[in-house]
Amino acid sequence: MTRIEGHAKITIRLDDGGEVAGAQFHVAEFRGFETFCAGRPFSEMPGIMARICGICPISHILSSVKACDALLGVDPPPAAIVQRRLLNAAQILQSHALSFFHLSSPDLLLGFDAPPAKRNLFGLAEMDPEFARRGIRLRQFGQEVIERITGKRVHPNWGIPGGVMHAVTREIRDSLAGWIPEALESVNLALGRCKTIIDTYPDEIEFMGSFPSMFMGSVTADGESDNYDGRVRITDATGAIVADQLDPAKFFEYIGETSESSSYMKFPYYRPLGYPAGMYRVGPLARLNVATSMGTPRADAELREFKDRGKGAVCESFHFHLARVIEMLASVERIARLLDHPDLLSTDLKARALLNRREGVGSCEAPRGILFHHYQVDSDGRIEGANLLIATAQNNLALQQTVTQAAKRFVKPDKLEEGMLNRVEAAVRCYDPCLSCSTHALGQMPLIIELRGPEGELRDRIAR
Amino acid sequence: MDPLKKARIATVWLGGCSGCHMSFLDMDERLLELAGLIELCYSPLVDTKEFPEVDVTLVEGAVAADEHLEMIHRIRARTKVLVSFGDCAVTGNLTAMRNVFPLEDVVNRAYRQNSDIVNGIPGGGILPMLLERVRPLHQVVPIDHFLPGCPPPAEAIYTLLRHLILGEPLPPVGKFG
Ligand code: SF4
Repeated sequence: MTRIEGHAKITIRLDDGGEVAGAQFHVAEFRGFETFCAGRPFSEMPGIMARICGICPISHILSSVKACDALLGVDPPPAAIVQRRLLNAAQILQSHALSFFHLSSPDLLLGFDAPPAKRNLFGLAEMDPEFARRGIRLRQFGQEVIERITGKRVHPNWGIPGGVMHAVTREIRDSLAGWIPEALESVNLALGRCKTIIDTYPDEIEFMGSFPSMFMGSVTADGESDNYDGRVRITDATGAIVADQLDPAKFFEYIGETSESSSYMKFPYYRPLGYPAGMYRVGPLARLNVATSMGTPRADAELREFKDRGKGAVCESFHFHLARVIEMLASVERIARLLDHPDLLSTDLKARALLNRREGVGSCEAPRGILFHHYQVDSDGRIEGANLLIATAQNNLALQQTVTQAAKRFVKPDKLEEGMLNRVEAAVRCYDPCLSCSTHALGQMPLIIELRGPEGELRDRIAR
Repeated sequence: MDPLKKARIATVWLGGCSGCHMSFLDMDERLLELAGLIELCYSPLVDTKEFPEVDVTLVEGAVAADEHLEMIHRIRARTKVLVSFGDCAVTGNLTAMRNVFPLEDVVNRAYRQNSDIVNGIPGGGILPMLLERVRPLHQVVPIDHFLPGCPPPAEAIYTLLRHLILGEPLPPVGKFG
């Protein structure tokens, strides 16, 4: 499977009549972070956990340092919180830019049936160099915020238990603020393009993951989207609130996890409804569905328009794309606002304490959804247990339903063809799944779609 | 390399976090300049069916599963210049940290102890088998260049690619002491 972050396979099963009966999405990698952290000091966790994923290392660092804050029992000083919020917005911006411009635009702009050799960033650059360049620079802006503040773009040493390491200077702030006008312009361009294009894909909207489910995201007490420190809200397909203001530190009380032999990615579910009825979606689509407002003017206007696309909730996974672009807009607005925050330049960056608790949970909204880190330590602060509940894994049940729906609609069982394959794959790509995160592993392998008869016998196989 | 033809480049993820690939993208607008010099024939960023014959391959990540093992041999056979790309490829790094534990414990921790419902334990069948020991690339196939770093800086990737494609000199080798 290509143009997703990871290593995956899809199998399509046929019934006796030769029709598509169902499809499964398998994640095929695993690295074992929960085990090898055992016995290591908790203060090493931010540095180690960042390496779960090179696309959203900041999200892992944030959840990890928040879990460490909880172990110390401290609140970081205001400047540290402002920096963390700023980096969270930059992380979401750069990851969404990657997903939209580098990975999904080739399908959306060149078409699902475009020649495979052109269906990529470089093909896009040939067709529309200005659009590709803007996409590259928008991602770069997110990465620049991260680099200027932390010293490094990927896996920086910056977040620490109780705070952050480096102060932001006036010069750094001013150089980043200089990017804002261009970034806003680029996001607006993407937004305009995205809105025009998606409505030319009615079939894809209807068959790439359109079904009722619950949605989960983080909000303030007023229902405003809060990606750094919100509490958990769950809504249903009609938009009604199922649960609100749940404590993210107690996620294990309302989220369960199932292991299946078919995938290295586990299957989380909402406990009150059981498995697998407790299916919920997380990430940009879910966050927009649960939020009452985004907290910034332009993104709020877009949110209102977006909500008009659904009856209560927008249930089509194809709209993850648009939701992502709206979140890019919100991120740029948030970065602009945080760069002006009066506490940003303070050099009081760290709350100091020794170990005060034996158990700590940290969470934040990562680009692909809410991300939990849960640690238990011994009396010397060595890790005894670590569990990571990853955004993409929480979409696993929905992903299964999505590939089934797309396979039934787009796959002609007698003969597998490239365009069909790309559509099933694109259905998965709506979720921008990050498989390095979800199994704490990654490795890219060709997408393999296998067509199996009712007895499980192999009928056809197409790989890339 | 033939100056009249674009260099054929591949990038591959094995057992790594994708951070090395992100650093590749961190070349930013230089990517568009490189697009004039290279053809990206196989990569997580492009859709290609089979690993083709190429001039240069950058491999991120360590060898952690049976499929990686097969893949790295195929890559070596079809690649002129093979680059061990980033610390996981060069030393095993984070990916090899599980080596001090028996594989069974690693899998049990993730899929039995940290689960509420266990319908099965993944591995085998449609899924690749994890190797008992994770290994860096050079323990499996001969390597032409090592590009260390977690991840290697974008600047270093750019410099090495221009060296391999255009024959531009590499900066002088640093020394200790
Ligand atoms: S070397 Fe570092 S950045 Fe590269 S794959 Fe390994 S952990 Fe990720």
